[in-house]
Amino acid sequence: MFQVLCIFIPLLAALFMPFFFKKVNSIHTGWFVLVVPIFLVIYYATFVPTISKGDAVISQLDWIPSLGISFVSYLDGLSLLFSLLISGIGALVVLYSIYYLDRTREQLHNFYIYLLMFMCAMLGVVQSDNMMTLYLFWELTSISSFLLIGYWNNRDKSRFGALKSTMITVAGGMMMLGGFVLLSIMGDTFSIRELIAQAPELATSDLFIVALVLILLGAFTKSAQFPFYIWLPDAMEAPTPVSAYLHSATMVKAGIYLVARFTPIFAQSEIWIWLVTGTGLLTLFWGSFFALKQWDLKGILAFSTVSQLGLIMSLLGVGAIAYHVEGAQETVFKYAAFAAIFHLINHATFKGSLFMIAGIVDHETGTRDIRKLGGLMSIMPVSFTVALIGSFSMAGLPPFNGFLSKEMFLTAMLSITEFDLFNFSTWGILFPIIAWIASVFTFIYSFYFVFKTFTGKGKVEELPHKPHEAPVGMLVSPVILGALVIILFFIPNVIADTFIKPAVMAIQPFLYSSPEQVAIDVSAWHGHFTPELMMTIGIIALGLVLFLTLSKWQKVYRLFPSKLTLNNLYDFIIYELCDKWIGRFSALYMTGSIRRYLSYMLGSISIIVIATLFMQNAFKVTFDGASPIRAYQIILIIVLVIGTIATVFAKSRITSIVALGLVGYTVSLFFVMFNAPDLALTQLVIETISVALFLLAFYHLPKYKKEEERTRFRFGRAFVSIAVGAMVTLVALSAHSQKLLPSISEYYKETVYSLAGGGNIVNVILVDYRGFDTLFEIAVLSIAGIAIFGMIKLRLSRKGEKL
Amino acid sequence: MKTNDVIIQFTAKIVFFMIFFYAVHIFFAGHYTPGGGFVGGLVTASAIVLLIVAFDLKTVQTILPINYIYMVACGLILALGTAAFSMFTGKPFFTHFFDYFNLPILGKTSLHTAALFDLGVYLVVVGVTMTIIQTIGEDE
Repeated sequence: MFQVLCIFIPLLAALFMPFFFKKVNSIHTGWFVLVVPIFLVIYYATFVPTISKGDAVISQLDWIPSLGISFVSYLDGLSLLFSLLISGIGALVVLYSIYYLDRTREQLHNFYIYLLMFMCAMLGVVQSDNMMTLYLFWELTSISSFLLIGYWNNRDKSRFGALKSTMITVAGGMMMLGGFVLLSIMGDTFSIRELIAQAPELATSDLFIVALVLILLGAFTKSAQFPFYIWLPDAMEAPTPVSAYLHSATMVKAGIYLVARFTPIFAQSEIWIWLVTGTGLLTLFWGSFFALKQWDLKGILAFSTVSQLGLIMSLLGVGAIAYHVEGAQETVFKYAAFAAIFHLINHATFKGSLFMIAGIVDHETGTRDIRKLGGLMSIMPVSFTVALIGSFSMAGLPPFNGFLSKEMFLTAMLSITEFDLFNFSTWGILFPIIAWIASVFTFIYSFYFVFKTFTGKGKVEELPHKPHEAPVGMLVSPVILGALVIILFFIPNVIADTFIKPAVMAIQPFLYSSPEQVAIDVSAWHGHFTPELMMTIGIIALGLVLFLTLSKWQKVYRLFPSKLTLNNLYDFIIYELCDKWIGRFSALYMTGSIRRYLSYMLGSISIIVIATLFMQNAFKVTFDGASPIRAYQIILIIVLVIGTIATVFAKSRITSIVALGLVGYTVSLFFVMFNAPDLALTQLVIETISVALFLLAFYHLPKYKKEEERTRFRFGRAFVSIAVGAMVTLVALSAHSQKLLPSISEYYKETVYSLAGGGNIVNVILVDYRGFDTLFEIAVLSIAGIAIFGMIKLRLSRKGEKL
Repeated sequence: MKTNDVIIQFTAKIVFFMIFFYAVHIFFAGHYTPGGGFVGGLVTASAIVLLIVAFDLKTVQTILPINYIYMVACGLILALGTAAFSMFTGKPFFTHFFDYFNLPILGKTSLHTAALFDLGVYLVVVGVTMTIIQTIGEDE
């Protein structure tokens, strides 16, 4: 129970942030936030002994049990690893942000609310076993990252980046939802565990491939795979702690997580292996190649993240091959899944530290443009050391953890040529070649990042700020991560036993029954003259040559036609296609006249309802069981009709309003007559208030135009109003004339006292039976109220008046 | 715009309380007889509207210095909190609880969590209605 509630702890903490920010303003709000991830790290660490034995812990909280939707915290090797990364890196990022964001100048409460919201969402994504709640949390990560990227919302670029990332990831999320729904139709459950258990049957379904592609679209958009990566570089407009957290360690890895989680279900399929491996490798190459085109430090890191995510993705694809082979070959492909998880951990450590260093450089020098930077080594020695460690690890050099996983990656790519199923024996040879070229570029951009910034001719006096080493507090987090980079190199097998093997078991559950069976030892030295070693030496040699001659061939990037980029395609779709062309079309009917909209709405409703009535042959009139009409009812109806006619033909607005009030009161009298006191009461009060409201708004309404004063007869409007009247009458008559099902009120009459302990059915339905409905209704009501408030107040302030 | 209508102002002062207590009554009675949070909220709002009609917006704001937007937020939080509360006891979202208690003075009374939810509805309705009326009325 507590385990599943832990997902919501960050969200609960977020509620108190405005209080901390406004009342306790002598202490940086970040210190209060820091408690949350630290607590979570410690809490999740207590699960490590259990999980590393290969067990899984599950805790469930029913949400909508009738639909099978519940919050589930399912902790196995994979989700525990991710939870620890989220909370662990989260703690370091919060610590870093305390020094990065100024207490007096920034809207800290907003920042930390978004960050905590995001933390909750990520924990939810990786722990949810129920696909519907997984989707819920998935979109919450999109929303919170939108808010975080657009945090400096007065900058155009921030808003642009936030919109772009949301457009792409939410579109992918929708696709993924479709995939989830298809899967649940096939397997008749929302639970991923149960779906995995019936994976072989699922593969025979017709919908299988569709679901596969849809879910992959969700994963690819989130993990910034080619061609969806274009949002990630623009997302760099976010504050650096956000970039370090969302765009290196957590959010972008949600897609990786999803692919890993669904591997047991989809690995049967050839398409899965080709798509995941192929897209991953293409992204790896593309990202590493274009990283060298960037001038912005965070831009370089963004492209390197894209490329590294591609690497992990391709490893997961290769790992899926293990389902199709047997014997000695199987171990090779099992190796790939192991390498994927290993590289995931390594990437979180070195990329997190590199992002923080980029932020420090930006913070202390005032620029992130690599052309202006240089020679900072002697001024910022600690930052330089950490950057060097991170970059060398990224480049795949010993003695840093990136080297180990890089070697495993090369092994996996080499072994793919031996796989003789699905045409891999012929086309497979491309894979190690692409992987090698991409690795060369990875090597170059890693060097480019660190040496162009910290060595060379110092143009220190030209920088916006006079550079100096960052304060100690800001350095703590990158130094810890940098230290981890080295530590992981020397104790890879400890990490493997505790974290990686249980996670691999979660990815390949059919192949193992306990983590010990994942018999893989990581060793830094894998023997003389193995192909991998040769490849690494080649990478270093070619990489060094190309790096030293960088200024000569970097012009190559200018040869690419700047018009034919994916970014331009995106801009074209969003701004040209949607805004201009489709906008022009919608401008034809969206004229801004509310009266016209009202006729559209009412007209279409009556057309649809009347057409349905006749198509379904549902129209029927019988007067059986109709109660006798009394004289006073006829009088009331005459009053009602007169009121209605007066509303329409009144010469002035005020007469119309009063006549409308008359209609309302008469209707409420009818409610009284037909034993609906609740409705009558509500109707009466609503009438009173709406008349008061009309009179208040009366002052602001535009004057009747000359021709309108004559209440010109308008054919269109008369037609719409007659249609609406006819529709309501027809529906009422038909509903009265045929009783296909027994009335539901019997059920309420019987249960209202025993189940809900109430006497008034209407109210019990409102607050109990259909409480969800009411909850959303008051939410809508609140939004409407706030919208009116905003509309009127904002209009005032734009005129330059004070609120 | 200052009005100085003594009779209507004097009456409004008294009638306001009558309407308000009536609103409280139908709010609590709602579970067994006609009424409830929605109607109760509307009646309360109409009582405040009466005050606005008798005096004017500025005066009423000084008499009842309530930020109606906060009231809406409180109502939503209360409603959502009541609905979510049952989850902490292991029951599905939106499970209501009720039981009978012997309270001093009132005697045997049934207490519902549904009433708390209804109170949320009440606050939202009063808040939204008054926000709308106030913003439109203030807008010169």
